Amino acid sequence: MTDPTANLRDASLTKAIMAEVRHIATQPWNIMEICGGQTHAIMQYGLDQLLPPEITLIHGPGCPVCVTSLQAIEQGLQIASRPGVIFTTFGDMLRVPGNQADLFTARSQGADVRVVYSPLDSLKIANANPDKQVVFFAIGFETTAPTIASTILTASRNEIKNFSILPANVLVPPAMHAILLNPANRVQGFLAAGHVCAVMGYHEYLPIAEQYQIPIVVTGFEPVDLATGILMAVQQLEAGQHEVTNAYPRFVTREGNQVAQKIISQVFEPVDRQWRGIGTIPLSGLGLRPGYASFNALSRFELDQTPLYESPLCIAGKVLSGIAKPLDCPAFSKECTPAHPLGAPMVSSEGACAAYYRYQRIPG
Amino acid sequence: MTQSNIPTLEGPNCPLPIADRGQIVLGHGSGGQMTHDLVRDVFQSRLANPILNAANDAANIIDAPPGKRLVVSTDAHIVSPLFFAGGDIGRLAVCGTVNDVAMLGADPRFLTATFILEEGFSIQELELIVDSFAEACLEAGVELIAADTKVTEKGKSDKLFISTTGFGWADSQLQIGGEQAKPGDVVIISGPVGNHGIAVAEARGNFGFSSQVRSDIAPLNHLVKALLDAGLDVHVLRDPTRGGLATTLVEIARQSQVNIQLEEENIPIDKPVRKTCELLGLDPLYMANEGKLILILPGDQTEEALHLMHITHYGEAAKVIGQVLESSKGQVWLQTPFGTTRVLEMLAGEMLPRIC
Repeated sequence: MTDPTANLRDASLTKAIMAEVRHIATQPWNIMEICGGQTHAIMQYGLDQLLPPEITLIHGPGCPVCVTSLQAIEQGLQIASRPGVIFTTFGDMLRVPGNQADLFTARSQGADVRVVYSPLDSLKIANANPDKQVVFFAIGFETTAPTIASTILTASRNEIKNFSILPANVLVPPAMHAILLNPANRVQGFLAAGHVCAVMGYHEYLPIAEQYQIPIVVTGFEPVDLATGILMAVQQLEAGQHEVTNAYPRFVTREGNQVAQKIISQVFEPVDRQWRGIGTIPLSGLGLRPGYASFNALSRFELDQTPLYESPLCIAGKVLSGIAKPLDCPAFSKECTPAHPLGAPMVSSEGACAAYYRYQRIPG
Repeated sequence: MTQSNIPTLEGPNCPLPIADRGQIVLGHGSGGQMTHDLVRDVFQSRLANPILNAANDAANIIDAPPGKRLVVSTDAHIVSPLFFAGGDIGRLAVCGTVNDVAMLGADPRFLTATFILEEGFSIQELELIVDSFAEACLEAGVELIAADTKVTEKGKSDKLFISTTGFGWADSQLQIGGEQAKPGDVVIISGPVGNHGIAVAEARGNFGFSSQVRSDIAPLNHLVKALLDAGLDVHVLRDPTRGGLATTLVEIARQSQVNIQLEEENIPIDKPVRKTCELLGLDPLYMANEGKLILILPGDQTEEALHLMHITHYGEAAKVIGQVLESSKGQVWLQTPFGTTRVLEMLAGEMLPRIC
């Protein structure tokens, strides 16, 4: 059996596409890859080293743990530390610093914090521990929302009383508006996140391309995908076009996965949400609809309001909105490393700072 | 004891111990009859040899043969779960320590072991683990010469911890170590990397799919012996366990104050390991191995070393993955198939799966 991804990692094909980019680029262009998974792949394969000097890639906010607000993390820490609670979360979240502690610290102090690969695993834990309150930290973009929503539906159908979520899901299009409205914005073209578009389709990007006159290319995660996405974006930029085009047609259609979208909108509704380092973006989060409000952990636990503290050294907000690169940060690889992160982008495998640290280039 | 000969007494009674339980109870750690029985039935029956059978509080080891020095290594083994595809804590406790001794070029001969048992642990599982421990000792050619068992109250430990210490003889002249890598050397890996880490992570039961990956746990002392007996000028031997291939090579580069350049395409990784890592956002270069070794030796001995490894068990899939370069920076560079390069760092903390 042949490996279907083998062609997508073909070095000579990738290099040929990049040569075409070099051939057609006549002036400097700044292109943002939205998803942290794309940033990671670009750094892992060293694709940035194959780009002509005209093209600058700007890393986007598409790292779920990076943009989860400090307030939500503090709420998670408080809930996790309550007796009788099993707090479940995706693994990446454990090391993201809150004010002072992270979930690893809470666990070492006796909190029952468990890593799950799917929210459905949390529901299993709830079934197996009827005397405990099981809380799932619902983070992520449109990609994690369908399974979280279907978990809520299952819990509701089966009247599971000891399961709830701490809602923190966020949406991509509002973040693109926020980036483009920022006076310091440098982004001239987007590589949209292939996974997100597989769920949501790309029709919701059409008004953004039109309103801001900016090309948007739906792009995957393999070297050939990324090189193709970059080429299609540069082609549009050079031609003065601003369309939404699809460089990931093997997974993405215009309308996306409508079953998944229906489940999401059955359970969730858009709400204003805080993005770490960026601020509150209107209607950029998913909150539980009134019919499922009883599954909101915030209504089950009385939480203290804690003052929020961010490291003054960390420039995560600028990195996440594409205004600065990780290497622009004075704390990068000095005060801030994956072992001692000051900000979330140094934690997650999808965080831009972690990608730079892990795949760093040292001149000479 | 039958029902009829139990004395009927009024008032407080002295509960008789249940002699034949399926679980570890605190009495197994008392040092009395139950301890004695456990040691005899579970351990001595499987691990008998004249030194252990002497049943003294300490073992007399024979003097080092002339021209040899004693090499010692000790390791505590805590793995959850105790059983996983391709192995269990018993095999791990033997191979981990045997390999550590072998990586200094020594011939491992003896082991000591401490088994820390949690009250309530299944004796049937313990027997399976001691069977596996004994089998690994046989395969490696080492003898258990001293051992201890302790029992903790339930909740004070987790089922079973095994600590082992290994002893072996090494040629007194031999200089093998992480600080010995020299420019012009080649870097060889004995086989595909990442299998153990994936197998254990999967056994923890959270993947939601079966990767079909088995742990690579194996004693590597015979492979090491084959290389040394052939008179190869071995500079470094290291088993890339926790932290994986990348972390171990960074350690070596720093210790030896050289750069190591790897060809990414040449690093052997089994397809299921690669697929699983991609799905979960893990990097196989940082996943643990328990049956692989890194061999670094002069470039002109590459052919002979590879040939020997290919005809020796656990070395069949050995490959050259890189070379040692002159530099005081102590960095590991990865050359990608795209003609690009990147620096490999040590693993920072626990490896965590990504979100979407």
